[in-house]
Amino acid sequence: MLRIPCPYCGTRDEVEFRYKGDASVRRPAAEAEVARFAAYVYERDNPKGWHLEWWFHSAGCRRMLQVWRHTVTHEIHAVGAAQEQLSTPVGGKPA
Amino acid sequence: MSDSRRIAAGALTDPATAVEFEFDGRQWVGLEGDTVASALLANGVRLVGRSFKYHRPRGIVSAGPEEPCALIDLLGSKGRAPNRPATTVPITPGLRAASQNRWPSLDFDLLSVNSLFAAVLPAGFYYKTFMSPGKAWERLYEPAIRRAAGLGVLGTGRSEVVTHGEHTVHDHTDVLIIGSGAAGLAAARRLSSSGTRVMLLERDVVLGGGTLLDPRWQAWRNATLAHLAGDAASQCLTRTQIIAAYGHGVFAAVETLPQMGDNGLPRERLRIIRTRRVLLATGANERWIACDNNDRPGVMQAGAALAYLRRYGVAVGSRPVLFVNSDWAYEAAFALHEAGVTPRAIVDPRSDSAAATRARSLGINVHADSVVSAVRGRRSVEGVQLTRLNGSTGAAIGADCLLLSGGYQPESALATQAGGSLQWRDDLAAFVAALPASTGVVSGATAGAFGLAAAARDGIAGAERIAAELGIALAGAREGLSADLEDPVVTPLQALWEVPGRGKAFVDLQHDVTVADVRLAHREGYTHIEHMKRYTTHGMATDQGRMGGVLGAAILAAARGQSPQDVGLPTPRPYVHPTSFAAMAGGEVGAHLRPIRHFPAHAAHVACGAIFVPAGMWLRPLVYATQQGWEPVLRESRAVRTAAGIGDASSLGKIDVQGPDSARFLDYIYANRFSTLQVGKARYGIMLREDGYLLDDGTTSRLGERHFLLTTTTANHTHVLEHLEFQLQVNRPDLDVVLTDVTEQWAQFSIAGPRARDVLQKVMPETDLSGASVPFMAALPARIAGVSGRLFRISFSGELAYEVAVPSSSANEVWTALLDAGRPFGALPYGVDALNTLRIEKGHVTTAELDGNASAHMLGFERMLKADGDYVGRVLAQRPALTSPERAQLVGVRPTSPSARLRTGSQLVEPSAPTRTLGVVTSCTPSVLVEGWVGLALLAGGRNRQGTRLLAVSPVHGESVEVEITTAHWFDPENSRVRA
Repeated sequence: MLRIPCPYCGTRDEVEFRYKGDASVRRPAAEAEVARFAAYVYERDNPKGWHLEWWFHSAGCRRMLQVWRHTVTHEIHAVGAAQEQLSTPVGGKPA
Repeated sequence: MSDSRRIAAGALTDPATAVEFEFDGRQWVGLEGDTVASALLANGVRLVGRSFKYHRPRGIVSAGPEEPCALIDLLGSKGRAPNRPATTVPITPGLRAASQNRWPSLDFDLLSVNSLFAAVLPAGFYYKTFMSPGKAWERLYEPAIRRAAGLGVLGTGRSEVVTHGEHTVHDHTDVLIIGSGAAGLAAARRLSSSGTRVMLLERDVVLGGGTLLDPRWQAWRNATLAHLAGDAASQCLTRTQIIAAYGHGVFAAVETLPQMGDNGLPRERLRIIRTRRVLLATGANERWIACDNNDRPGVMQAGAALAYLRRYGVAVGSRPVLFVNSDWAYEAAFALHEAGVTPRAIVDPRSDSAAATRARSLGINVHADSVVSAVRGRRSVEGVQLTRLNGSTGAAIGADCLLLSGGYQPESALATQAGGSLQWRDDLAAFVAALPASTGVVSGATAGAFGLAAAARDGIAGAERIAAELGIALAGAREGLSADLEDPVVTPLQALWEVPGRGKAFVDLQHDVTVADVRLAHREGYTHIEHMKRYTTHGMATDQGRMGGVLGAAILAAARGQSPQDVGLPTPRPYVHPTSFAAMAGGEVGAHLRPIRHFPAHAAHVACGAIFVPAGMWLRPLVYATQQGWEPVLRESRAVRTAAGIGDASSLGKIDVQGPDSARFLDYIYANRFSTLQVGKARYGIMLREDGYLLDDGTTSRLGERHFLLTTTTANHTHVLEHLEFQLQVNRPDLDVVLTDVTEQWAQFSIAGPRARDVLQKVMPETDLSGASVPFMAALPARIAGVSGRLFRISFSGELAYEVAVPSSSANEVWTALLDAGRPFGALPYGVDALNTLRIEKGHVTTAELDGNASAHMLGFERMLKADGDYVGRVLAQRPALTSPERAQLVGVRPTSPSARLRTGSQLVEPSAPTRTLGVVTSCTPSVLVEGWVGLALLAGGRNRQGTRLLAVSPVHGESVEVEITTAHWFDPENSRVRA
């Protein structure tokens, strides 16, 4: 079980959060072509290593958090608010 | 012959207190402090079970949780607890236990004929043999195999199951120490008095671990325990078995409480422990050696013989022979000798060792350069045959027990689960675990530090490493060990896995896996350790391969021509120890399975005689009647169509949207436009997911220029709230908007039907409810029955209808006032079923149609999609597949015969092509508007099929009904009733 250090609430159990997917993909501009939107919705990397993820603190502050998580060790490198600039771990693919 | 084997005082047993218990229907007497296993051994009992596959007679082989053979079922007055190792269950007055896997009885087991067919029961036999005919597996083979194989009997049926476990406890600590042997105790002692919160967990009934087996350590143990007892920040728990490591410092354990439950079974409590660091000191398991008939009752771990003597004063035999490959294992021989039971021989493949020299000096016969090549005896050991390593035949020695030791494997499963790594060490012929520093440390025998003094020193070093990591200032200097506690000098062990022979040599006693089975798996291509495990079932089930795991890996490694390090061990998953469902469930059973959400007016609904239906966590009024059925549902529906009905819609999600950019935000969220909505008006809206499919629908009202109230369906409430927060925080941080969930703050009631205005006027005498001042889709502040609230003129039934919202605290009184007001007009309360009838007749969709696969075009909403401006799902909603008229479209269906009934889920097919599904009936109901049933369906190219006839087929009901395809909106298409 993950223990996620929420910047607003403190360290909390995974069960308080909802995983909201890959945070390294961001919505294309409104005028972008359909292929870009299809890629945004459907295409995901499956990295072995660092992964930037969205975690929604649904049973807490209801903030959408960016979390750098290692998919092998589950180590958490950094957690921040949706618009925060987080430090990228070595080998991590930022947004 | 009671207690005939009790030859000394045990560290745990009280000779003054006899305890009577039942095993297989017979009464036995042991001492307070005994386990079932030690009491049976004290009574000279050898045979305690039959093996899994061949039904060979089996005895007790260990003294701990690694026990593969002596598994018992505990019998309660209600329920039973299966698969308990007899070696860990303390006897208590009145305890009832039964052996497993014998039929009809332990002494006379009919299925032991399997032994005669052993040659045709190799690994993978079941996979290869019981292949066809297909159905025979379920009907014939599986029940027979399940009876022949398998372990304990699970309690089934309501009266038999244990009702629930103890309530789960959540613990938080700084350092969790698992295991209270020399390493664990020394570590806890080192961390004590520093203010650090320490939890020390021990699965055994007492603290001490290996120190209990060496009388020299008694004083050290007592002093350490006294010190820990004086430290308020240290907590020690016994009978607490760690079952899993979940990473991030989270562990689960099951604690067995001292008092038995009312049903005569152990009371177990789940503990979830969160710790900053862990110190793993779970010790090591003594390994088996594969030689012919190494499973006969009386073959036992050497360390188990030592444990039975030291802990319970029981000698496991009177003429023991040891077959060992390390100096540590000689301790059993020395202890037995000292107690007056001198071993007949020690067989050792090594040429010489320090321990062998000492044994010879005590007058014990040591056969060096030798192995045991066969065990004689069937229901009990009668003797052993030796072979010299040069191949020549050695002595035949009479014996009543054979004490085996093939070395020691650190208990590494928890370390692996916690993210640790395994390293093979040739000097120990074992895998040794290590943990990342951010998780903790592995100490003592688990880290390869064998010997009590070495383990204690390693525990102290581990505690100091953790203290440095956490920045803890330790109290006092490191304590030294007195000289008399030093470990003996040992000669290294010699790896020994198997002795070639012609009989059955078991690597896994619990699942009857032999050396030949492992080799067969390798020959047939199952060369990976995980594949070999699954093909042979090696290392599975309750003991998780604690005694034979490395043995199997080493034999596979030899077949592959590699070292065990190249083969590795299978991944150990939770749970590392059998865990009962009752313990996992804790108190969360029955009504406590999950929270129940009551409507604010729940008490009033109970008073009205409502039958409730679960909807998510909500309990919604289904129908107001003494019995379920269509009759009361249609009575309620008819009241709405002819007079008025009053319903509770409080479970609809209500999200308050405020801020200067609220309107822009809703334009981004909804596919249709909200910025043009006037204050005081409501509008129906549909929202899409980014992939273009429909997410949810509902009415949203503009309460002020910068203030909206958004409603969601009951089912999608939390999902929509999450979606809104995601869009706002991630994609539209430029918008100044605040979302507040007010679902539980407001009760919302609908008043629907031709007399709705008359009913409502009685509770709102000061309000002009005429169409001119409260037009269709109005959303206004109002006073209802004297309570400040909101009034909406919206309709889900197709009738003139209003919804009133009042603060939850006033829900019961307003509901009652509405019912009182409605009574003279013939108004009735109506539940979810009637609501469903009414909305199906009107052609409104719910989550039955909004099922996540529906597009706006499918449900006829395509004209609602904004032509300009960005919104979620805009781009992908235009994809050809989502807009094609050939895709399913919402239609109405009605049986051509009024007496035929529809079924939700029926497939719509052409009579000429009955296997080609064209669509599905999504909702249906008996109608109060027309004779017979009506329904909604999603039908390929549905709008062009209106007026045609299809079959609605429900294979599960064996029904096929001819239906006519209609428009979904056949009832009052002009909405004249709604606007009345």
